[in-house]
Amino acid sequence: MGDPKIACRNLWKLYGPDPVGFLKRHDGRPSIEAIRAQGYISAVRDVSFDVMPGEILVVMGLSGSGKSTLLRCLSRLVQPTAGEVMFEGRDMLTASDSELIELRRHKMGMVFQNFALLPHRTVLENVAFPLQVRGTARQERESRARDVIELVGLKGREGYYPRELSGGQQQRVGIARSLAVGPDLWFLDEPFSALDPLIRKEMQDEFLRLQKVLNKTIVFITHDFDEAIRVADRIAIMKDGAIEQLGTAEQLVTRPATPYVAKFTENIPRDRLLSVRSVMASTSPRKPAKDAIRADALLASIARQIVTTERPIDVVDDEGILVGTLDRGTYIDALYDQEPAR
Amino acid sequence: MERPTKVGAPGALARAAKPALTVLPFLILFLCASLLPDWMMKVPQAWTVPFIDWTNAVIDHLREDALFGLFSFRDFTRWIAELITWPLALVEGLLVSGFPDFGIPAMPWVMTAGLCGVLGWALRDWRLGTLAAGCVAYMAIFGKWELSMITLSVVLVAAPIAGSIGFLLGIMAVKKPWFEAVIVPLLNVLQSLPHFSYLIPIAVFIGVGHKAGTIATIIFAIPPMARLTILGLKGIAEEIREAGKMAGCTRFQMLWMVEIPAARQALLVGVNQVIMQCLAMVVIASFVGARGLGHDLLFRLQSLKIGQALESGVAIVLMAIVLDQLSRAAAEKQPSHLADNVSWLARFPFLSAAIAVCGVSLLLSAITPYASVWPDELTLSTAPLWDGLVDWITLYFFDPLQYFRDAMLLYVLIPVRGLFQQIPWTAMVALVAVAGWSLGGVRLALVVSGFVLFIAFAGFWERSLITAYMVAVAVMLCVLIGLPVGIWASKTDRRAKMAKLWCDTFQTFPSFIYLIPVIMLFKVGDVAAISAIIIYAMIPIIRYTVFGLRNVPQDIVEAGITSGCTERQLLWNIRLPLAFPEIMLGINQTIMFALFMVIIAAFIGTKDIGQEIFRALTFNDAGKGLVLGLCVAFMGLTADKLITAWSAERKSRLGLA
Repeated sequence: MGDPKIACRNLWKLYGPDPVGFLKRHDGRPSIEAIRAQGYISAVRDVSFDVMPGEILVVMGLSGSGKSTLLRCLSRLVQPTAGEVMFEGRDMLTASDSELIELRRHKMGMVFQNFALLPHRTVLENVAFPLQVRGTARQERESRARDVIELVGLKGREGYYPRELSGGQQQRVGIARSLAVGPDLWFLDEPFSALDPLIRKEMQDEFLRLQKVLNKTIVFITHDFDEAIRVADRIAIMKDGAIEQLGTAEQLVTRPATPYVAKFTENIPRDRLLSVRSVMASTSPRKPAKDAIRADALLASIARQIVTTERPIDVVDDEGILVGTLDRGTYIDALYDQEPAR
Repeated sequence: MERPTKVGAPGALARAAKPALTVLPFLILFLCASLLPDWMMKVPQAWTVPFIDWTNAVIDHLREDALFGLFSFRDFTRWIAELITWPLALVEGLLVSGFPDFGIPAMPWVMTAGLCGVLGWALRDWRLGTLAAGCVAYMAIFGKWELSMITLSVVLVAAPIAGSIGFLLGIMAVKKPWFEAVIVPLLNVLQSLPHFSYLIPIAVFIGVGHKAGTIATIIFAIPPMARLTILGLKGIAEEIREAGKMAGCTRFQMLWMVEIPAARQALLVGVNQVIMQCLAMVVIASFVGARGLGHDLLFRLQSLKIGQALESGVAIVLMAIVLDQLSRAAAEKQPSHLADNVSWLARFPFLSAAIAVCGVSLLLSAITPYASVWPDELTLSTAPLWDGLVDWITLYFFDPLQYFRDAMLLYVLIPVRGLFQQIPWTAMVALVAVAGWSLGGVRLALVVSGFVLFIAFAGFWERSLITAYMVAVAVMLCVLIGLPVGIWASKTDRRAKMAKLWCDTFQTFPSFIYLIPVIMLFKVGDVAAISAIIIYAMIPIIRYTVFGLRNVPQDIVEAGITSGCTERQLLWNIRLPLAFPEIMLGINQTIMFALFMVIIAAFIGTKDIGQEIFRALTFNDAGKGLVLGLCVAFMGLTADKLITAWSAERKSRLGLA
């Protein structure tokens, strides 16, 4: 897959009287007990991961878990205490102010939870703002802004002011603004949390539609596990500033690394998350039956077939080659979280 | 992070004990006053610190010797004063005097009125436009044209200058923490200095006259703008700032394209404050020779021509209302989008209207001279009406007024003054120090007792006690009247709205105005002074009471209702206790207002610090004026520090912070 777009290694962000010194005294790896005992607050604790080009990494955690601070460390809105953040192989933490400004003007976009629109600018001016800042001529930036506004479905609202728009529309402006410079790396900080549930769902679809077209590298923050499952390629679950587990939704549900992750995933409807591949039993190679199912089908989509078929159903991959079988018992166990009889 | 607060369950005794302990040292010293040695009773003369001499030495040095390269400090101040005459002459020429050298007349009054009308319409609606145009027309028709336009031109020149300076100071403070650490305490002191203390150094360095008055006005109006700029820029949501950063703003772009526009509303509230402070000051600056309505008012008051004074007062009040409403409307105005492809007229309705107004009024003044200058023979005067009112009051209310005045003096003022004068200065220091210590620890105790010690050692302890007694009586009466009124007004939306409107309106009046009715009723003296203070200082207590009571969290009130509280129980058990911290802030403001007014009331013959400041003004004694001003400021700040500390602690205890 090549090199990661953005990566972080052993990233720390501590708040307190002397975070750097404190970290040094504990050889760079203080325990959470030591941090708490000395009155420090750990927002980000020894976090490492890679995000590949075109991948959506969702960072999921409850409020106070440090997910927003982690995002701000990646975008360097917050200066981390220790560790490194590599963007396209370049260390972000040693970048000078002017280098950072250049990076943000060309390579990064960010969407904020409360939209953070400039109240005195129209939709068009808000979207054109990052282009204006980097010195793009008026004509060019406005035509570019109009394109992006059309892309997010706000055509006709260019002259409106933020307060004249609904929450969902405002966030569309926020999204358009973050896309105006054509960034490679797209940060979204709980972009839909301030919206009503129905609008939120609509905006998630919109986001997925956009991503299909744009294929950006994305770090997406949310506190909503359902949202994480809907949009993520991989999910990182954070607690007390550290990542509890990082993996695909399926991995988190089927093989939770810690009780905390298990607790999170226990109420997730599995039939819409698990694929046949993740629960099927292996089998010896032979010619598959006519009613074989695909390995990447979701369990929900084969429910009727499972109910009406007595014998184990054959599972095939994309090329139609037999890769396993699935019987009724395993299917039920997988849905209702029974350990399969191994 | 929230720090856990210790919540115990103190018994009734313990709860009563803390306030009792706070006043205990004071009580002991006060009750044993007769046993105390003399030096504990009155500040010994020998202990007086020559603050005044020191200040005067600095001022003399600046005035006589200080050189900045090629010019002296005094040259510098004179040069600035010269500089101010240019814009002043320009605006004045435009509004009232014309430019005789070029043969250009001033704007016809119909044009001024019309343009003000268009401005009001543009900023809010046609009603504000009518109000603005009507008030301007009033000035012309009632013979106050020249005076009011002179006053207006001072405001129009002073406000932008003061606003820009305050704005720059505010930006500096937000960007440089060390500068903020310096300027915020300075702003606190400056905003509690009485008006007159600004006038004396101006008189020393610039002299007396119209431009000196303008400069005093500018200086006086800087602090509120600086403060509101700091408040506004700090109030911007962190996300907006982050959005600016992520867009790749440089620091300069951040400030001008993100922060300042995002803080627009707070900044415009600052502008409103600046304009109102300018108007208040330009009236008082007539003491150093600023011309205009204030000068007229001062002159008429001095010769006790109440009717004519009232006439000028009404003109000032109308001007205050219009300026306040216009600038407030500007702050409240929100941008909204325009439909596409509309005509030029619809796209720029206000500009078109303004052009039309200019055209029509030029045409009118070409046809009839009445449109350019209102003729003297048609000028109306309300003075006879007001004089009639004064006569009528004197005729029918002389006895009750006299009786009220005497009773006030005999049974309230003189006893309270006697009581205050018996307070040993050490008792006062003890009270303030212990209160500070119990509310905010050693630091607060040191700060507030430092304030009181300064007053004691500056050598004006007795005078300060008189000021304190007048403020205390006035504040007490304000609370006695204002609290029930506030409670009454908070009962329904309608009343609350009315109360807010009245408070807003009365607060815009320059404080000097309040002297007119009390002189009318009580002539001069302590009763008149205290009445003026009460009227003026009543505003904040009513405002904060209404605000506090109406902002009690609705769910707590509903919890009370569903528990079966009667209206009275609701008030006593829920609304008042929860609103009490806010009401205390109102009392705090009332004290500040009272201190401002008590100094101005020196004009009608009080015997307190105000009178001394007044004298200092007469003798151009800048050192004395400043030190006395600081005494007043420190009194206010002592009360302010203690009450805000108490209120903040109480609010966090109630979970309201």
